[in-house]
Amino acid sequence: MDIIHQPWPWYVGGTAIAAIMFLLIFSGKEFGFSDNLRTIACMCGGGKFSKFLDIDWKQRLWNLTFMAGTFLGGWIAYTYMRSDEPMQLSSSFLSTLDSWGLTRDVKPGELIPISLFNFSQLGSIVGIVLIIFGGFFVGFGARYAGGCTSGHAISGLSNLQLPSLIAVIGFFIGGLFVSNILYPWLLNL
Amino acid sequence: MKFLQYLLYGILFGIILIKSEVASWFRIQEMFHFQSFHMYGVIGTAVVLGIIGIQLIKKYELKDFRGEKIVFHDKDKSVARYLIGGIIFGLGWGLTGACPGPMVALLGYGYVVIIVAFLSATLGTFVYGLLRDKLPH
Repeated sequence: MDIIHQPWPWYVGGTAIAAIMFLLIFSGKEFGFSDNLRTIACMCGGGKFSKFLDIDWKQRLWNLTFMAGTFLGGWIAYTYMRSDEPMQLSSSFLSTLDSWGLTRDVKPGELIPISLFNFSQLGSIVGIVLIIFGGFFVGFGARYAGGCTSGHAISGLSNLQLPSLIAVIGFFIGGLFVSNILYPWLLNL
Repeated sequence: MKFLQYLLYGILFGIILIKSEVASWFRIQEMFHFQSFHMYGVIGTAVVLGIIGIQLIKKYELKDFRGEKIVFHDKDKSVARYLIGGIIFGLGWGLTGACPGPMVALLGYGYVVIIVAFLSATLGTFVYGLLRDKLPH
């Protein structure tokens, strides 16, 4: 497989993410993706109901532009750089997937299990919990904690912020529960 | 256009999230099962380089592209909001297998259904704004 299409090893990915953070720092900005959700909630009229959502969204247009770029980047990665092989997952995780009945979702170019994440699943309990409740918790929790993975796990830890370490521990408590307890239960309903 | 540089950074970020598989539900679940080093390697590398770089910026008082001093803001001290908020975020991260950045990259990648998770996340932020004064921080 050629270099354009094959997935990147962890050290390339990690270095590249740090580079993005420094590009933003040297532009006088802070790396925090979920702040965009607050901006959109403000633009939807949130300021009428909540002081927290009453913000000057024009000051945050740079981040919305960054978000538009992230969308385009995803499209470019799909169109020109898509891998033509299935993801190289660990054998122990492949047996976990097997116990969840998702082995067949590991397909060339696919990054998520499309048998769980599709529009018809939105009519089932599993789809509603994963997609709608999951999304809601992401947006609610990110603002409650004052940041998401980019703001706390990357920027915050890089700046040795104790609050970010607490937040990341919280991320893992929630994620470990969902992945190890809730998922096996939900998928065997 | 003065935002062009941010569009470019965003494009790079989207490509990075996809090509390093950070946006993959499979990688997130694998991470939460401690069944692969990949995600820990990505986040660990970014944080180690981030710590070194930020220490250097502080030590040498480096200026940004516009020639202004770079300042870092300390986060407010608290335990409750970070722990409770963090756990709620973690539930969502585990369920969707994606945090906000990857959601947008996955949308661009062609997983249209993720728009529902993204809109739901926006609603979550909206509801947080309504309840904020009643929550422990």
